[in-house]
Amino acid sequence: MFMAAPFLIDGAPYESTMGLVQKIFYFHVPSAMTMFMSAIVCGVSSAIYLFKGRASADRLAVAAAELTSVFGVIVLVTGPLWARKAWGVWWVWDERITSTFVLWLIFNAYLLLRKYGGPGSEKLAAGLAVFGMANVPFVYWSVNVWRTLHPKTTVVPTLQAGMRGPFWFCVLAFLLFYVLALSARARLESRRAELEALYLAIEE
Amino acid sequence: MRFVRTAWLVVRKDLVIEARSREIVYTTLFFAVACVLVFAFGFVNEGRPVTDAAPGILWIAIAFSGTLALGRAFERERQSETLRALMMAPVDRPALYVGKLAGILLLLAVVEAIVVPLVALLFHAALFDRPWLLLALLAAGTTGFAAVGTLFAAMLVRARSRDVLLPVLLYPITIPVIIAGVRGTAALLQADVDVPMARAWLSMLVLFDVVFVTLALWTFEPLMTE
Repeated sequence: MFMAAPFLIDGAPYESTMGLVQKIFYFHVPSAMTMFMSAIVCGVSSAIYLFKGRASADRLAVAAAELTSVFGVIVLVTGPLWARKAWGVWWVWDERITSTFVLWLIFNAYLLLRKYGGPGSEKLAAGLAVFGMANVPFVYWSVNVWRTLHPKTTVVPTLQAGMRGPFWFCVLAFLLFYVLALSARARLESRRAELEALYLAIEE
Repeated sequence: MRFVRTAWLVVRKDLVIEARSREIVYTTLFFAVACVLVFAFGFVNEGRPVTDAAPGILWIAIAFSGTLALGRAFERERQSETLRALMMAPVDRPALYVGKLAGILLLLAVVEAIVVPLVALLFHAALFDRPWLLLALLAAGTTGFAAVGTLFAAMLVRARSRDVLLPVLLYPITIPVIIAGVRGTAALLQADVDVPMARAWLSMLVLFDVVFVTLALWTFEPLMTE
């Protein structure tokens, strides 16, 4: 699907005022959607791990947190590229940008905690992810009152017919890629846990 | 009733230790004053403070010194393994959390009692025109910050590199508190005071407090179980 995406995007009509730059939108919006979904996946599976103690939920949470960070980088890089052309500046302190940035920071903090927190940090990180998820509406609301400039999500249904196809194609591609990466990463983590258990068994 | 009694015992223990050594209160206070002074060099231009700088400086000083106080308060518990002892006591775990939170809040109240007049004085800010609204903003903001901070500091007691991880985890989560505190205070400091705006930020802070204190009480038990 990623092979086909460039051709489809190339075929889509140019946006009247922005021209070529608008095409970044086909990658920017789907990665943002994927990022937010990934954050929710991480938060929910962390809550399951915290209260039920299921190790598989924790593995899913790590995978989701890493992908949130990766898609966050894509969003935060493509965003300014477009903004430079559309608004004339690289960065503005508007609601969506700021809350995306904060969300990205929270999930990087999660990864830092897991990496450098030492033994037992999985649980602490799960607590952080639950807090991070509960925090999203607050960040969104407070930054919303503070500043607003970003195009609204309502722009999506009003897309021209020629743009709509490639756009949803890209969304689907990103989501499929996300699910694939998520399951691969979670499987890697569970293999690692198995290996760990085997080592322990040998030592005993 | 037992819950309140347990929480009170934890607060009293912290207060007695603090009253004897005064370590945290003095260090945090001087750190906050130093913080305000450093900002003064950044934001005072030709003897006049930059307009609108006061609320930001006030809240950053509170957040920074709050982080310091949280770190120290739990470092003390860690050194002599007293947190583990508290956790082993046959009492409600959430009561321990409430006790620690109340202790931190009292400490920060002392710090704010000095820092707020200092900022008002140094930055020509009319902070005391609406004392009750300002007091409510400070109380709600500090509670929100300390509610998240107490839980994180408590859980990081078991982690490595906890000194640097506490701010790394705490600041992104408490960004709404900082924004609401700064904007709410700024609304009070404008030339034409914007009371409805300050009230809106205040209600957001109260909502934040309710959600995060509930969440902390709820997750404290599983987080602190090894």
